[in-house]
Amino acid sequence: MSAPQHEEPASFAFDAESEAKIATIIRRYPEGKQASAVIPLLYVAQKQMGRQTGSAWVPRVAMDVIAERLGMPPIRVYEVATFYFMFNTRPIGRYHLQVCGTTPCMLRGSDEVLRACKDAGGLKGYGDTSADGNFTLTEVECLGACVNAPVLQVDDDYYEDLDYESTVRLIEALKRGERPKPGSAIGRHSSEAAGGATALTGAEQD
Amino acid sequence: MAKVTVDGIEVEVPNGASVLQACEAAGKEIPRFCYHERLSVAGNCRMCLVEVERAPKPVASCAYPVADGMKVFTDTPVVRNARRGVMEFLLINHPLDCPICDQGGECDLQDQAYAYGHDTSRYGEPKRAVKDKDIGPLIKTVMTRCIQCTRCVRFAAEVAGTPELGGTNRGENMEIGTYVEKALTSELSGNLIDICPVGALTSRPYAFVSRPWELTKTDSIDVLDAVGANIRVDARGPEVLRIIPRINEAVNEEWMADRGRFSFDGLKRRRLDRPWVRKDGKLVAATWPEAFAAIATRLAALPPERIGAIAGALADAESTLVLKELMAAYGSNNLDCRDDFAAIDAGRPDFWRFNTTIAGIEEADALLIIGSDVRREAPVLNARIRKRWTAGKFPVGFVGPRGVDLTYPARHMGEGPAAMRAFSETLKAAQKPMIILGRGALRRPDGPAVLAAAWSLAADVGALKPDWHGFNLLHLFGGQVGALELGFVSGKPLAEMLAGGVGALWLLNADGFDPARIAADTFVIYQGHHGDAMASRADVILPGAAYTEKDATWVNTEGRAQRGHRAIFPPGEAKEDWRIIRAFSEGVGKALPYDDIGAIRARLAEVSPVFARVGEVARTGCADITGPAAGGEVSDAPFVLPIPVYHQADVISRASEVMATCAAVYGPQPALAAE
Amino acid sequence: MALSDKDRIFRNLYGFQPWNLDAARRRGNWDGTAAILAKGRDAIIEEVKNSGLRGRGGAGFPTGMKWSFMPKQSDGRPSYLVVNADESEPGTCKDRDIIRHDPHTLIEGCLIAGFAMGAVAGYIYIRGEYYNESVVLEAAIQEAYDAGLLGRNACGSGYDFDLYVHRGAGAYICGEETALIESLEGKKGMPRLKPPFPAAVGLYGCPTTVNNVETIAVVPEIMRRGADWFASFGRPKNSGTKIFCIQGHVNKPCNVEAEMSIPMRELIERYAGGVRGGWDNLLCVIPGGSSTPLLPKHICDDVLMDFDALREHKSGLGTAGVIVMDKSTDVIKAIARLSAFYKHESCGQCTPCREGMGWVKRMMDRMVEGNAEIEEIDVLENVTRRIEGHTICALADGGVWPVQGLIRHYRPLMEERIQAYKARHQRLAAE
Repeated sequence: MSAPQHEEPASFAFDAESEAKIATIIRRYPEGKQASAVIPLLYVAQKQMGRQTGSAWVPRVAMDVIAERLGMPPIRVYEVATFYFMFNTRPIGRYHLQVCGTTPCMLRGSDEVLRACKDAGGLKGYGDTSADGNFTLTEVECLGACVNAPVLQVDDDYYEDLDYESTVRLIEALKRGERPKPGSAIGRHSSEAAGGATALTGAEQD
Repeated sequence: MAKVTVDGIEVEVPNGASVLQACEAAGKEIPRFCYHERLSVAGNCRMCLVEVERAPKPVASCAYPVADGMKVFTDTPVVRNARRGVMEFLLINHPLDCPICDQGGECDLQDQAYAYGHDTSRYGEPKRAVKDKDIGPLIKTVMTRCIQCTRCVRFAAEVAGTPELGGTNRGENMEIGTYVEKALTSELSGNLIDICPVGALTSRPYAFVSRPWELTKTDSIDVLDAVGANIRVDARGPEVLRIIPRINEAVNEEWMADRGRFSFDGLKRRRLDRPWVRKDGKLVAATWPEAFAAIATRLAALPPERIGAIAGALADAESTLVLKELMAAYGSNNLDCRDDFAAIDAGRPDFWRFNTTIAGIEEADALLIIGSDVRREAPVLNARIRKRWTAGKFPVGFVGPRGVDLTYPARHMGEGPAAMRAFSETLKAAQKPMIILGRGALRRPDGPAVLAAAWSLAADVGALKPDWHGFNLLHLFGGQVGALELGFVSGKPLAEMLAGGVGALWLLNADGFDPARIAADTFVIYQGHHGDAMASRADVILPGAAYTEKDATWVNTEGRAQRGHRAIFPPGEAKEDWRIIRAFSEGVGKALPYDDIGAIRARLAEVSPVFARVGEVARTGCADITGPAAGGEVSDAPFVLPIPVYHQADVISRASEVMATCAAVYGPQPALAAE
Repeated sequence: MALSDKDRIFRNLYGFQPWNLDAARRRGNWDGTAAILAKGRDAIIEEVKNSGLRGRGGAGFPTGMKWSFMPKQSDGRPSYLVVNADESEPGTCKDRDIIRHDPHTLIEGCLIAGFAMGAVAGYIYIRGEYYNESVVLEAAIQEAYDAGLLGRNACGSGYDFDLYVHRGAGAYICGEETALIESLEGKKGMPRLKPPFPAAVGLYGCPTTVNNVETIAVVPEIMRRGADWFASFGRPKNSGTKIFCIQGHVNKPCNVEAEMSIPMRELIERYAGGVRGGWDNLLCVIPGGSSTPLLPKHICDDVLMDFDALREHKSGLGTAGVIVMDKSTDVIKAIARLSAFYKHESCGQCTPCREGMGWVKRMMDRMVEGNAEIEEIDVLENVTRRIEGHTICALADGGVWPVQGLIRHYRPLMEERIQAYKARHQRLAAE
């Protein structure tokens, strides 16, 4: 997958919302070190594409615009965009279903989450986009929410403590255009022990 | 200095040296793939691991700095195991296609596999296959062979200054390429073939042509620009099959330009391989005696002042000297070697030389370029400027057309001579300022004034000092400076000779002007090797030898004489050029006293000290700041670059199909296309 | 004695209270920060040294010593603090809780640490997936700026310190400190050759110290309560409290801040509801995140959770991600999935890692099936040895250790799997 093999837009320009964001980003880095902003700007481009087209990805022309903006050779931006896993260099579905399949989630049933995604989302497997354009399914590596495994990340949000049924419910809700509240599917507040915290219980607080 | 013990051998190396350098100083060979002494250190191949006392694990010797008292071990079980491991890892995904790989026989991976490889593979999983990339007409890619050493990425970004290659994706899926398919825009791209340690990047024109051990290797000089890159011409039988650079730190380090490397297929096309004589208005094939007789008859009918000679871009020094002496024998001093109308003042060598020298660029601390696209006129010299720029604190100004990308930032001061002085303050602030004046900037009516103005600018900004000579003329081809050194400028100048000032004109490789400028009744003798435009204007054609076909001396833009050797014979009846003139002189009873090339070379050394110190250049400061004669005012006309299409700039490259393909792919330079 | 809540540094680890500045102040954060800074750089570093704090990001390098490598006097270059919030080691999710629930512990820690090393600014490099967490963190930083705790004359100390959040974008390797710096500079996250070390040449070529979130976030409390208080928890050289992430086949997975050197069994049983099916149903535990080799039950029975005790068993505390596997686990598959992880996350720079991780992963996949020869276990082990120690960074080491641990402890199981596969296929072939 060295070169784009899908339809690329002919041009890309940051919109006003993106420009406002970029202005705050560039200020974080010292003069002459604007290249630091390449990852943030790739995010801005990806977000804008999601806003404008319903598919959050980074077309090559957007990478060129970023290269120009930051004074970098385009190839350096291509390198970054393809190195980091969170940039989609090809179009994706409206919702990005990212199943954590690494051992901690695997031990707690990520295979069931995957199965639910396939069944409810109409997806053949990892890498697939559903026929209705709603979902793209990706296996991701450890999302860093292991005590709430298994985890499914939908776009930016973590859904935790899932099983087959709760995953199906989540996907059905997404289909209806709802955005269920992220977090535990079994009612945990966050990372405290299920069924009641075993520390910071307040019992001994003054 | 630091004392380092390598396998018990004590060596002293400079502080800051790498362990690898210390090992080499101790005579220990360290295998490496990613390390290249002219590129930044990547340290990624892990082949050069050695053990260092007290280091917890083996270290990459290419990147590890020495310390005083350090003990290094290059041949321990740990080291051998590490290298065998790296070799095994490199080979598991490398195709076993050596029999059909053009790198075969000169492949670092193949060589190292003999030392560190296994006889069988333990790898039973599927091998990786990587799609080949199209990066232009010169370089063939077989990316499955790539070992991701990133030498090419670093070369393109650091030396060539065209950061178009990169590694996309990551881990075992990392691929070297341009991501968006495109032809590399560097004039130094052929060097990627040399630095690639495996068969991933090979020469497209040389694909499946030959094996290295079948080639006859001859040292020579690249004359298709005026840098004088040291090269090796590889031939088999009557054919040049490839040209690669040799190392010469003072000149080309180890690089060469694409035009010099890839034009050689032009040596087989449009060749003048027999004499021709014009009869009844038409050129007809002739014998050598017939051709000589035609010339002799014509010259005999003319008074001495009506005879003239012009030496051109690709004329070697020996032939130029012999032609000058033939003219003298006829009593003529009408000589000009500025066949492109460049207003060079032949009065003093430092008016025409690149006085700072190429290596001296690295000492300079400010640079103004006037009317020269150095990148396309002398790519290897431009890489030296870029090297200096990369080292930091090196302001560069540029006067010439807009839109020229020199591969390093240059402040655009203006388009014509009026802007020359706009960079003065920067130059004055420098300790060792230098000015590069393009030969192309002198090809205009106010050329003498431009030359004088550039010189006086150099004088005013302190570039002309007893210990620093910052005035530099950049020539375009390998034959141009030798003729100047030989004083091939006297009598009637070029324009006068062309305009009917002479009745007979002997052109030695002179292709620099429009043949239509020669007066209709002038008798033209064309001595050269290609049937280009000038040959069709000739009354007599004398087929000469191209630079690969003769032993000859060439003088580069610095005034450095260098020798090339004959790699193949000239085609058909063509002959080495000095022999043609020598034979003619004998036929007309004016025999020149040279029976062999040694005698000519002895004479060359008498005429100019340049030829007495072949390979060297006598670098001097400026002893006399008196400038060239002014001759009028500069105009405001913008400078025009002399080489509109990089890949087609001389008779050889214009005959090359490979270069024609490049010209079609790359088109004219943007700065010129915009006009 | 179990750690009491009053000795817990992260009093809002679970987010039962708001993360904001007001709530944080009520919890004791930002209390007397100016006075802490007034003690001076050397005193702060000394206090941190005395506390015995070791880096919480996995390697366990003494924090105070690391800070002391920073130049005392600037040579004209600014110095930087970089906080590693690229929490990506499988099994680790502690920094996430600090950032989303207790961000002011981190922000105050950044100010103190930045002051102690003379940094002009700090960058918190947070993994890209933690988008919502980064939103909280940025808001908390803004609160701190608004309250005069950051920026010019931070906390009225006369010291200027800026703090920024920079998101990564999905690359485990960026948790390696020099890869993180490369990434922060806008490049691929490929680890740098060392030397030079970041304290000499780091971010933008300037002196830089990279510390883990938890390391920085515990510093204010150490400064307030004293090095002795912190050092009173855990064994010597393993001092302090520590957030453990207990997960896998336990009844109640959770994050918990406990004292160092707590016995593993006590940790699991007290806080995580014990092993699913009881302690005797335990197969093995990966004690410190994916890179640390697993420990079979007999070691888990009495091993202490600290750097040195786990190292004695050829494993490590790592990031304290405790991955518990009960007897229902296909341990070969569990480790094979980690091999897939490391293959996926190899940056591709060094030959042994780039080529070797794929090889190991493919062999491990066959080991899961048993589709291999017995001798290939030795090949696998040998390949891991040829990778280990031969690369620029430690990703490859961390990637092969789990496999080595598997072979060390479960070789008979692997052989059994191979024999079963052979038997099955011979039978099929015979039929």
